[in-house]
Amino acid sequence: MTYIAKPKLHHPTLACNAIGFTRRDYEGKISTLCAGCGHDSISASIIQACWELDIEPHRVAKLSGIGCSSKTPDYFLGQSHGFNTVHGRMPSVLTGANLANRDLLYLGVSGDGDSASIGIGQFVHAIRRGVNMVYIVENNGVYGLTKGQFSATADQGSKSKKGVVNTDSPLDLVGLAMQLGATYVARGFSGDKKQLVPLIKGAIAHRGAAFIDVISPCVAFNNHAGSTKSYEYVREHNEAVNRLDFIDVRAEITVDYAEGEIVDVTQHDGSIVRLRKLSADFNAHDRIKAMNYVHAQQAKGEVVTGLLYVDPDAHDLHEHFNTTEVPINRLGAKELSPGADNLAKINNSLR
Amino acid sequence: MTAHRSPLPAHRLSATNDFVVKFANVNGSGSASANELFARSILRMGVPVSPRNIFPSNIQGLPTWYEVRVSERGWLGRRGGVDLMVAMNPQTWDADIKEIEPGGYLFYDSTRPLPASKFRDDVNIIGMPLTAICNSTYADARQRQLFKNIMYLGALSVLLGIDAREIKRLFAEQYKGKEKLLDSNMQALELGREHAAQHLDPIGLHVQRADNVGEKIFVDGNVAAALGCVYGGATVCAWYPITPSSSLAEAFQKYCMKYRVDAESGRNRFAIVQAEDEIASIGMCVGAGWNGARAFTTTAGPGISLMNEFIGLAYFAEIPVTIIDVQRGGPSTGMPTRTQQSDVLACAYASHGDTKHVLLLPEDPHECFEFSAQALDLADRLQTPIFVLTDLDIGMNQRLTAPFQWDDRRDYDRGKVMTAEELEAGKDFGRYKDVDGDGIPYRTYPGTHAERGAYFTRGTSRDPYARYSEKGPDYVYNMERLLRKWDTAKSLVPQPILRGTGGEAHDGVIYYGSTSPSMAEAIELLGKQSLVLDTLRVRAFPFPDSVGEFIRQHERVFVVEQNRDGQLRTLLINEFGIDPARLVAVLHYDGTPITARFIAGAIAARMRPAKVKENAA
Repeated sequence: MTYIAKPKLHHPTLACNAIGFTRRDYEGKISTLCAGCGHDSISASIIQACWELDIEPHRVAKLSGIGCSSKTPDYFLGQSHGFNTVHGRMPSVLTGANLANRDLLYLGVSGDGDSASIGIGQFVHAIRRGVNMVYIVENNGVYGLTKGQFSATADQGSKSKKGVVNTDSPLDLVGLAMQLGATYVARGFSGDKKQLVPLIKGAIAHRGAAFIDVISPCVAFNNHAGSTKSYEYVREHNEAVNRLDFIDVRAEITVDYAEGEIVDVTQHDGSIVRLRKLSADFNAHDRIKAMNYVHAQQAKGEVVTGLLYVDPDAHDLHEHFNTTEVPINRLGAKELSPGADNLAKINNSLR
Repeated sequence: MTAHRSPLPAHRLSATNDFVVKFANVNGSGSASANELFARSILRMGVPVSPRNIFPSNIQGLPTWYEVRVSERGWLGRRGGVDLMVAMNPQTWDADIKEIEPGGYLFYDSTRPLPASKFRDDVNIIGMPLTAICNSTYADARQRQLFKNIMYLGALSVLLGIDAREIKRLFAEQYKGKEKLLDSNMQALELGREHAAQHLDPIGLHVQRADNVGEKIFVDGNVAAALGCVYGGATVCAWYPITPSSSLAEAFQKYCMKYRVDAESGRNRFAIVQAEDEIASIGMCVGAGWNGARAFTTTAGPGISLMNEFIGLAYFAEIPVTIIDVQRGGPSTGMPTRTQQSDVLACAYASHGDTKHVLLLPEDPHECFEFSAQALDLADRLQTPIFVLTDLDIGMNQRLTAPFQWDDRRDYDRGKVMTAEELEAGKDFGRYKDVDGDGIPYRTYPGTHAERGAYFTRGTSRDPYARYSEKGPDYVYNMERLLRKWDTAKSLVPQPILRGTGGEAHDGVIYYGSTSPSMAEAIELLGKQSLVLDTLRVRAFPFPDSVGEFIRQHERVFVVEQNRDGQLRTLLINEFGIDPARLVAVLHYDGTPITARFIAGAIAARMRPAKVKENAA
């Protein structure tokens, strides 16, 4: 029950981050999702990523649409403002919020029904605009809250719990995101937090539209044999193209890797995303090749995970719009009204 | 080649500073700027005019009209009837000729002879071989077309006695720094004038200098509303192109580029998004409003239909947002380039569940400016969607209106926003708690305080502390509080304007929006027939109590509207629980702006049915 508050007792030995917060300070209300739900692991990864990055929780705005995934922002970052919008329309609300105050961190959480079906239009256009955000889709191929209907990311031929075979071709969100100009595109698996946490950290540090598709099995309706979004299937077919370490701008780089296996990507804030290559054929800097690779592997039934594409020099919507450094929600009449003298001039021009 | 001349009929309309000229043109032929110059030059002579564009949903080729009412008295409504038709479009010739008042005038391009059957005996014919003159003067095809318009402007200035110096001054303002264009326009004007002086017979319609324009400005409602949003502090505009509202967003962009760029940094103090659709437009405004920016969208009926779900969210989650609806003919795609007041109910009760929304109903561009700026204040104060309902007639036609005013001491009303200091001091924060008894709760902007003031905004029901709840009492508390807020709104919205007869009248009239200028004139027409009425111009919904009182004080109240179903009347009946028989609908909804003649005729017919029947017989 979301209205039951968690006890506020903190264990005295809980580790604090650089700004004095423990992981508990990044938690939210108790989850009401099913036990074992992949979404809860993603919430835990978001908490871990924000804690490790020393983010002030209240400087995050978390937005979502409707569905199981969209309920999760209530279960992390309890000191952040949250906005559970309408079905499929989180991207537009996030875009408007971002325009109002460029200084906050915008975290959009959505599902495959929310983003790939009803909200595909808004997903597409928010990515196209380069809104500075972390957009996470918790992708389970199924409508959980309405009990098991296929979503638009369900693979063709995959079976529902009731044995119905999906005949529609699937929408591939990472492929779309790359094509539409997202400047940080990743896919993770809720069952692999070690991979997911750095992917989220890299996305947070990225300026521009960062998209992470997280395969997140639905234990209630889509975790059976014949499903391509079950824990078992994804574990068997997970092809991680790289492992990612996120190195904070302040941290000293001490680990040595053999040359040729690693690529350092310096983001605009100076932080480094260090990619350890697992697949020799894969290059996360070449958008077209990355798209081809992901699609080729997908055709073989593999689930490609890792950081799929990154453009560290990306621009965001505020740069396109040339908006003031000062968030526009802080501007008052003095800055916004052109004044009575100018109005008199305007009146004169209309005579 | 000589102009076609027919013997002038005995009857010739004669009027000074009181007539209607209509231009029938082909869309895309460049006539619009010449026609506007015609209207402006008369204004510069101190004589009020009210022009109306009657245009198709088309870029090139279809018929378009520009109807100019010249009225020294300052009647700005559409009069009906045409005294001088400038027939430049063969496609619409027959219908255009029919519209001319008996004894009126037809001005046409006589280059190609037309059979006598194409004319009317009771209309005075003025033929001028415009094409022939242009073809012999200009080699370039585009110039031949464009200067034809300037040439008829020149000829009309001679016929009507418009001071050519005023036109030349307007040219000079328009082509400042573009001397070549200035010279060629001057030349075309002179050619037209010379021809008229030498070859055309004088007519009975005249413009004579007056002093009835004064300080007034000449502007359309979309530009006015855009300026209202600039002055009112809107920083986010998200919109989707739709007739007749697009020019509003474009004007906002234009004025922001001029007045909202930080001089030092060159950075913009605004963000304008042309969204992918109206759902995204309002979504962005909701997001920006939630995050403490003043946001507005501008749209028309179809956009309102698409926005419904978000409007309900903004109502229930209590997020400020301003929606300017420039109404057009509905339902569905309806008449996209014609005017109506047919979104009243769709806006008043937009979205599923129990909802009610604040509507502001400006009468002219001046109020478009005022109400748009005020809407942004009201949205913040009431934390709810505020609709400004204009229409195509106000929005897209330049209208003579009182100059815009702004007091530099005026600050924006940002409503009840709890600050970091208040939170730090331990002030209790319940996002949906009615602490002041006015139904309006406090809100916090995201990112305000490290430990206090965060809450989860949602479209689901919640308790006063914004915690998810489907408990009956929590839900009812919230819905009742929203009604208290609705009551509070009654005293904050623009109050109705009463023009009373001091107890003489038994009947009343309620009207709103663009009906206003025609209503003023209709009241005078009715007065001449000794039919007196008190009038009340409603300027907002929720209706202040004074609206109900006005209805109670009169035996019968006419409700004049530009829609089929009497939407404001329905709203009045519903909100006040009034016996429908007491409210008589007077409805005009063919897509053309309502006229004084129509209103006066419809009301007179009901006030004196017997007499009108006699007259008709």
